[in-house]
Amino acid sequence: MRAVRCVDLCKTYRQGDQDIKALDHVSIEIEQGGFVCLSAPSGGGKTTLLNAIGGLDIPDSGEVWIGEQRIDQMSKGELADLRLSSIGFVFQAYNLIPVLTAQENVEFVMQVQGISAAERRDKSLAILEEVGLEGLESRRPAEMSGGQQQRVAVARAIVSRPALVLADEPTANLDSKTSDELMELFTELNEHHDTTFVIATHDQRVMAYAKRLVRMLDGRIVDDIEQNAA
Amino acid sequence: MRMLPVLTRLAWRYLWRNHRRTIIMLSAIIIGVWAMIFMTALTRGMVDQMIKDGISVMPGHVQVHNPAFLDDPSVSNRIAISDEQLAARFDPAGFKAWASRVKVPAVITSERESRGVTLLGIDPAAEREFSFVSYDDVEGRFLDSVDDKGIVIGMKLADTLDTEVGKRVVLMSQDPDNEIADRGFRVVGLFKANMPSFEEAYVFVGKRVAQKMLRIGDTTTEVVFLGDDYRDVDPTFERVNAAVDGTLEVRRWYEVDAYLGTMLKVMDGFVLIWVVVIFLALSFGLVNTLVMAVFERIREIGLMLALGMKPASILGQIIIESMMLLAVGLAIGDLLAWATIVPLQGGIDISAVAEGMEMMGASSVLYPKLYWNDMLLANIVVLILGFLASLSPAWRASRYEPVEAITKVG
Repeated sequence: MRAVRCVDLCKTYRQGDQDIKALDHVSIEIEQGGFVCLSAPSGGGKTTLLNAIGGLDIPDSGEVWIGEQRIDQMSKGELADLRLSSIGFVFQAYNLIPVLTAQENVEFVMQVQGISAAERRDKSLAILEEVGLEGLESRRPAEMSGGQQQRVAVARAIVSRPALVLADEPTANLDSKTSDELMELFTELNEHHDTTFVIATHDQRVMAYAKRLVRMLDGRIVDDIEQNAA
Repeated sequence: MRMLPVLTRLAWRYLWRNHRRTIIMLSAIIIGVWAMIFMTALTRGMVDQMIKDGISVMPGHVQVHNPAFLDDPSVSNRIAISDEQLAARFDPAGFKAWASRVKVPAVITSERESRGVTLLGIDPAAEREFSFVSYDDVEGRFLDSVDDKGIVIGMKLADTLDTEVGKRVVLMSQDPDNEIADRGFRVVGLFKANMPSFEEAYVFVGKRVAQKMLRIGDTTTEVVFLGDDYRDVDPTFERVNAAVDGTLEVRRWYEVDAYLGTMLKVMDGFVLIWVVVIFLALSFGLVNTLVMAVFERIREIGLMLALGMKPASILGQIIIESMMLLAVGLAIGDLLAWATIVPLQGGIDISAVAEGMEMMGASSVLYPKLYWNDMLLANIVVLILGFLASLSPAWRASRYEPVEAITKVG
C-alpha cells in the first residue's frame, strides 16, 4: 500500500533578486512501512519536500498524495485535520511547547484530537516509558537535555499511532550516542508498528539506518537506492 | 468547546511565562479599574448629594401647585383647597409622606439689616421627612407646631442680620390683594445646613401663623410628596395625579429643578465616557503586551499549527489570554475600589474647596456612592473593549504559515 506519492512537484522561492528552485520536477512514491532518508546538502530541497509531504508548504505545481487523499489542493483547515490525524512531526529544534510539561506535550496532540483525559494519561505515560523518559513526565522542556527533548517530541509524534512520521534533521542537535538511541527507537517503531518514516538529514549515521536513501541536489532527486539498514 | 481546556491551560501558562511583563500590565489594569470605579463613586456621591439636598429643600419627589404659581410664586396663585380637603384626598392614598406648605418670597428685617428670603410656613411634624434641617441640631429649638409663633432662621442669615436666638425680626410679604402682610417673630432657633447658601435663603414659621399673616385662610401654595426612590418617581407621580383634579399642576422633582434632572441624566453618560476613556489609555498597553507575547512565540505558534491546531484555536488562545489578564485585573481592581470606597462612605471633607463646590450646588462633604450597576458597567466595558483590542494581535497570530513561523529567527 502506498503511503506517499509526489508527482512532478515544483517549488520556487524568491531570495533577493534570485529565484531559487527548491523543488524541480520531483516525483517519488513511498510505500506504507517504508523507512526513507532524504539526503541533500543545505538548500538541496529535502526540507521543502518534507514540508510539501506534510502539507506545511504548498508546491507551485504538481500533486501530493497521502494515502488516497490528494492534499495539495486542500484548505488550511483540511490540512490541519490531516496532520492531526495521520502525520507525526519531529523537527530539528523548537519541537516542544515550553510552557507544558513532558507529559502535557505528549498529550497535546491527543487533546486537540478530543481523546478523553484518562486515555490521554495512559497513552502518554506508556509512550514516555517506551522512549525511556519514565520519571521525567513533570519536567518542562527547559529542565531536560536536548536528547530528552527530542525523545519527548518523538513520543508526541507517535503516540497517536500516525501512519506517517516526518522528521527534519532530528539528530542535528544531539550527540552521537543520543542520535543512535533515537534512530534505534525509530527503527523499532517502524518494524513493530509499521509506521512509515521519512527523515530529512545529511547525517551519515542516520542514513545508515534507512531502508531507502533518496539523494537530492538543487531541488532534484539524483539518486534513489534501497539499502540494508544498520 | 472541546479545545477550551487546552486553550485555557496554554493561555494561563503563557500569561505567566513573562511574569514581570504580566505583573506590570496587570498593575496598570488594576489601577485603571480602580480609578474608573472610585472616581465614578465620588462623582455619583456628589451628584446624589446635590439631588438629595435639592429635593430636601423644596420638591420632595413630586409637587403640586396652582399652575400660575410657577410663573408668579405669590399667595395670589395658591392652591384653593383647604388643609382639611387636602388631607381627605391624600391621606387615604397611603403616600410614604406628604406635606402642604406655604412658600412665598418675603423680606426679613432685624433692627440692623434686611434680606430677601423664602418664607416656608410648615407643619413641623409633616415636614420632618422632607426638610434639610435636622430638628435636633438646631441652636435654640425648632418649631413645635403649626401654631408656633417663633421663627427659625439659618446661622448665616443670623450673622448677616446681626441677630440671635431670643431677638425679634419682622417678616414682610404680600397678601392675595397685594397689600403688605407683615408680622414680628421672635427667633427661636438657628439651623445649620450642608449648603451654606440654604442658611441664608430659607426661614421657617408655623403654617397657621403664616396663613394668618398672609390672610389666606387655611390654604397653602405647595403640596409635596415622597416616594420610595428619587430615581423612580413615576409611581408616586401617577398616584398624585389620580388624587388631584385637573386644575392643579403635578410635577416630578426633575421637572421642578431641570438642572438637577439634567445632572442625573448626564451622570449616566459621564460614567460610560469616563470608563471608555480610561480603557482607551489602557488598551495601548494591552495591545502592546499581546503583540509582544505573540511575537516572542511565533515558532511555538507555528509548531502548534504544524501539529494540527487550527488557526481559529490560535485566535481563541490569544483572546482567552487577554480575557484572563483583564479578568484578574478587574477582580483585583474591583476589590481595591470596594475596599477604598466603603471606608470613605461616611464622607470626605473637602471644605477647603467648599466655595467652588457650592457654586455647583454640591456640599462640602463628599459621600462616595458605590453603585453595583456602575461596577458592572465598568467590568462589561473593559471586557468588551479588551476583546476588541485583542482581536488584532490574535488575528495576526492565527494567520501565520506554519513553515514560516517555525523557521522564524527570533
